Amino acid sequence: MANKTTPLTILDRPNSYIGRSLSREGAKRAVAGRGRYTDDISLPRMLHAAFVRSPYAHAKILAVNVDEARQQPEVTLVMTGTELQELCTGPWIGTLSSFEGMKSAPQYPMAIGRACWQGEPIVMVVASSRAAAEDAAEFVTIEYEQLPVVADKETALDPECPIIHPELGDNLAFRKVIDNGDVKQGLADADIVIEETFQFGRHTAVSLETRALLADYEPTDGHLTIYTSSQVPHMIQAVFARTLGVAEHKVRIIAPDIGGSFGLKIHTYGDEVATTAASIKLGRPVKFIADRLESFLTDIHARENRVWGRIGVSKEGEIKSLEIDVRSAAGAYSQFPRTSVFEANQILNITGGPYKHKNYKAKTEVVYLNKVPTSQYRAVGHPIGNSVGEALVDQAAEACGIDPLEMRRRNIMEDDQYPRVSAAGIKLQDMSHQQCLEALAKHMDYENLRVEQDKFRKKGIQRGIGIAAFIKGTAPGPAGYYGTGGAPIASQDACTIKLEPSGGVICMIGVTDQGQGVDTVMCQIAASVLGLRAESVRVIEGDTDAVPYGGGTYASRATAIGGEATYQASLLLRKEILSIAGTLLQAEPITLDIVDENVVNKSDNQIRISVSEIGRIGHFQVAELPNNIQPTLSVTYRYRLHDALYIFTNGIQGAYVEVDIDTGFIKLLNHWVVEDCGRVISPQLADEQVRGGCVQGIGGALYEECVYNEAAQLQNGTLADYLTPMAGEMPDINVYHIQTPTSVSELGAKGVGESGTGAAPAVLMNAVNDALRPFDACVTKQPMTPETVLASLGTV
Amino acid sequence: MLLNEYGEDGQILAGGQSLMPTLNMRLSNPQLLIDINHLHELNSITLDDNIVRIGALARHSELALSPIIDMYLPLIADAIPHVAHIAVRNRGTFGGSVALADPAAELPACVLALGGTVVLQSVKGIRKVKADDYFLGLYETERKPNELLIEVQIPVQDLTGLWAFVELSQRKGDYAIAGLAFIGTSEKQFIKTAKLVYFGSEIKPTLAKKTMAILINTRWDDNTRKLIAETLGRDLDPMTNLQGSAKMKLHLQKVLTNRAIDLALKREKPSR
Amino acid sequence: MSEETSEIKLTVNGDLITKIVNVRQHLVDFLRLELGLTGSHLGCEHGICGACSVWVDGLVVRGCLMLAVQADGGDVTTIEGLTETGEIADLQKNFVDRNALQCGFCTPGMLMTLAELLRKSELSSREEIREHISGNYCRCTGYHAIVDAVETTISDRLGDS
Repeated sequence: MANKTTPLTILDRPNSYIGRSLSREGAKRAVAGRGRYTDDISLPRMLHAAFVRSPYAHAKILAVNVDEARQQPEVTLVMTGTELQELCTGPWIGTLSSFEGMKSAPQYPMAIGRACWQGEPIVMVVASSRAAAEDAAEFVTIEYEQLPVVADKETALDPECPIIHPELGDNLAFRKVIDNGDVKQGLADADIVIEETFQFGRHTAVSLETRALLADYEPTDGHLTIYTSSQVPHMIQAVFARTLGVAEHKVRIIAPDIGGSFGLKIHTYGDEVATTAASIKLGRPVKFIADRLESFLTDIHARENRVWGRIGVSKEGEIKSLEIDVRSAAGAYSQFPRTSVFEANQILNITGGPYKHKNYKAKTEVVYLNKVPTSQYRAVGHPIGNSVGEALVDQAAEACGIDPLEMRRRNIMEDDQYPRVSAAGIKLQDMSHQQCLEALAKHMDYENLRVEQDKFRKKGIQRGIGIAAFIKGTAPGPAGYYGTGGAPIASQDACTIKLEPSGGVICMIGVTDQGQGVDTVMCQIAASVLGLRAESVRVIEGDTDAVPYGGGTYASRATAIGGEATYQASLLLRKEILSIAGTLLQAEPITLDIVDENVVNKSDNQIRISVSEIGRIGHFQVAELPNNIQPTLSVTYRYRLHDALYIFTNGIQGAYVEVDIDTGFIKLLNHWVVEDCGRVISPQLADEQVRGGCVQGIGGALYEECVYNEAAQLQNGTLADYLTPMAGEMPDINVYHIQTPTSVSELGAKGVGESGTGAAPAVLMNAVNDALRPFDACVTKQPMTPETVLASLGTV
Repeated sequence: MLLNEYGEDGQILAGGQSLMPTLNMRLSNPQLLIDINHLHELNSITLDDNIVRIGALARHSELALSPIIDMYLPLIADAIPHVAHIAVRNRGTFGGSVALADPAAELPACVLALGGTVVLQSVKGIRKVKADDYFLGLYETERKPNELLIEVQIPVQDLTGLWAFVELSQRKGDYAIAGLAFIGTSEKQFIKTAKLVYFGSEIKPTLAKKTMAILINTRWDDNTRKLIAETLGRDLDPMTNLQGSAKMKLHLQKVLTNRAIDLALKREKPSR
Repeated sequence: MSEETSEIKLTVNGDLITKIVNVRQHLVDFLRLELGLTGSHLGCEHGICGACSVWVDGLVVRGCLMLAVQADGGDVTTIEGLTETGEIADLQKNFVDRNALQCGFCTPGMLMTLAELLRKSELSSREEIREHISGNYCRCTGYHAIVDAVETTISDRLGDS
């Protein structure tokens, strides 16, 4: 397990939990129906909020009449956007200074005077039940004057296009250009040049538990408690406190069990702020649970991009140049505080990222549309950048007459050439493309699969094999975008770990668990370092009153950042335990170790004193220690990256599909992933992140799209019409790990949660196009619906 | 009777698998819901003088388990697994499906293909409507607001004949993008008669009469395939919607026609 | 909107319950709000996601597509009740061991649905297992681990008998 570059550490010992799969406590509760999600929590005198939302994508609000709604039974409060504005400290502006030149219009939690997207909240109704609130909401009358709508990203910057926010001058949110090496020369050197345009549909996260928030304000002391299905409690604390003028340290955010998040729940939403404002105004708990229809309309969207790409290669297949031009669709505002430009920015960062080429030019324009704001959703930008890069590499391979796997062999970065800088200017280290590629070829039995494919082809059955290498930015550092750009979002994270009098350990972490098993992973790390049984370690997360300040869980950072914090905190606590033991035993701490809950002699493993005895003495019998020793038995350690933008991971996926040429239907036959997330703490949890992530990517590649018409009206905002991947069609997924620990931490873990999602669309599109190759057809649009496939074949 | 009193303001609640979502989403707001689930006399499946009588409240899962359906109406037996998912089949009713006449639903197409008769009851008494006359348009049937669909009567299938049920949906249990219920007779490789009922693509289950005419006393060969591909467009008028364009749906129905007839001819006779 | 109420008598997880309910309340709202049985979840309220799956008279149904008043005289079982009987204790353990859930929001509905498959006591292929849960949406796992857990449970049961 230990990599050649890493010395054996405490984590590699035989009794270590590292590399073992422990079951999760949360799972035990969930299977018994004893999960506790936000909507499962009820408080005395609790009220419920429902919202009246704009039916139009763009409309002037001429009049809002709430009189009749206020008189409905059980109604406690009806609040308009204007009334809410008075409770807010100021508007949100969704820009970060780290994105130079970016602009966005000011926005309030509910629309004032004008609605800019279908679903934007305009009036909140608070009543004793959700049903009563919805009943009363039907009595709100709003007079609108419809305004011209910007629905199409392609024309959003045209001179004749209406401008959503005239004060911005145009509909441009952000423009960025990367121009590294010499693309012109690269093109001149190329024997073959391929260009193609790709389209990616708009997606949304569709967590099974919708957005949920229960705000409970205590007017006597100004304390505000918010239970919410959030990945980022401290960010919610900061943003809600600042927006509503509550002292930040008096705001407690509790994230109970979370029913799926996927980036959807790292954002702030106007209806949730409004609900909190209602609680402050009324001094009563107010709950808001988005229903599925309003989720489709108001959850952040993502992925809507058009990418033109051009690759130049030598006839031996060497990549000489790569260019992309990205038109990225945002919503009516840039999402506050994380913005709506990360997707485009990441596409620029990672396209062609696995390869050695030097000449890279990438450009993006992010444009505003009268649609719900877009923002970060699992694997931000990667599904697009990988799909484009890998499709171009495949097309180039075909033009050169080189097998796609061989094509990658020739171009992929060498494992022994790190650290290095990618053509996009990204610093990369500790990666293993070559090992991953060879492992994939072996695991999918690549050569024989090609033979099998041929056999089927002769029978008229069209099967395709896809390969897609990838890089994935995980665990962003402080030098990156958020904190530097002015957002109240921590990129560092912390662990406070305490030895209790009983000998049990409490480990409190700033990163949060949404079922990935973050708590289990931290337990494994702490127990391994401290020589304790896993049962002796209790992990607490998701409560700002308990845990040290942290960024929470986003961008595959929980284990990479939070894990290292827990590791280092555990080492410090271990040191103190051994130091106290040394004093008590009159032994040098260096001669002692902790094994299976006991301090033992390193030399002969003889038990000297139990850890629980240290706990007891450290808390109750301090008199047994000399006066100059004051046990703390509590350590907080904060961990941050230094100059790295991200901890990049790498990997490669393979897919085997069958395309029904007559119907355009795609059947998934097999799927492989070899990835390198550094040190694997729990193989099972890592595997399941990859599997679930892949299927989420497959969903986007095959089914998912928020379809809007020309009036920017969502056409498929139900689960019956927005198709998500279900069990019947998904393949089994084979997952393998190469472990190259990151050198930026001692734990060596990198992120793993998004790698599946990031490259699955790329590998599927390549597999489908491999199947279509005999027909000279090529799909360049996702989702790859039957109609898309049939259109590529010229059938329809 | 309540239906008579409330007319269109009253809604019959059978399995509720289509009506309940519209209520939950506040898309419909009937004054009165009339729950018929306690009318246990409506849930039987019986064989009576070569007619299978399916009570309106027979659940899809009861059809799936019924030896009568399995033995005498294999077309329906083949269609049932395509209907939604287990939890929906446990609750959804045969009568509800035929009464609602969702254009993408499987069972209305089967009833039409099998020459069934819909039995409607009102305070005035009982009347029987042939399936040919029952399906009128998009969610539109011959049933009047004051009538309750109590039973569907279907003659037993000719087990020496041809049948196939095929459909295309992107995910298991989804409403079909295109689908076809095929019933026919054959002699050697000659198709003697054929009944083709298309669903999913059309506003209602649709008999393809011109295409059916081509298939009478015809050898199933490339020429016939070509002919039906040319003709089907004159029988069908597919809807463009989120699932795809009219053009694609017509294409898929052509593909399915070939597949259905191939499948039916391949099946050994008598099969059951 | 009418606020009519009606008294219903039903069995829930073996307990006889008499309650006055709003006639428009669906079964899962009733179970969650009136009885505190929060193990049944609402993911869409239009019958697609399967998170609300409960048993009525021994068969799995969508709890959101039934009114509470329709359960009058019926026998309702939720994940809480099914857990107590121990009928699927092995499946639940295999779910935990195999990590066949992440966020757990779909899990009760998934288990209620699978219990019906297990009652058949037949060997099921992975494809049949997938088909059986094809109406239960899980965003986290990608389904592979769920199929594994069910496969293990079935083969253990058949092996034991």
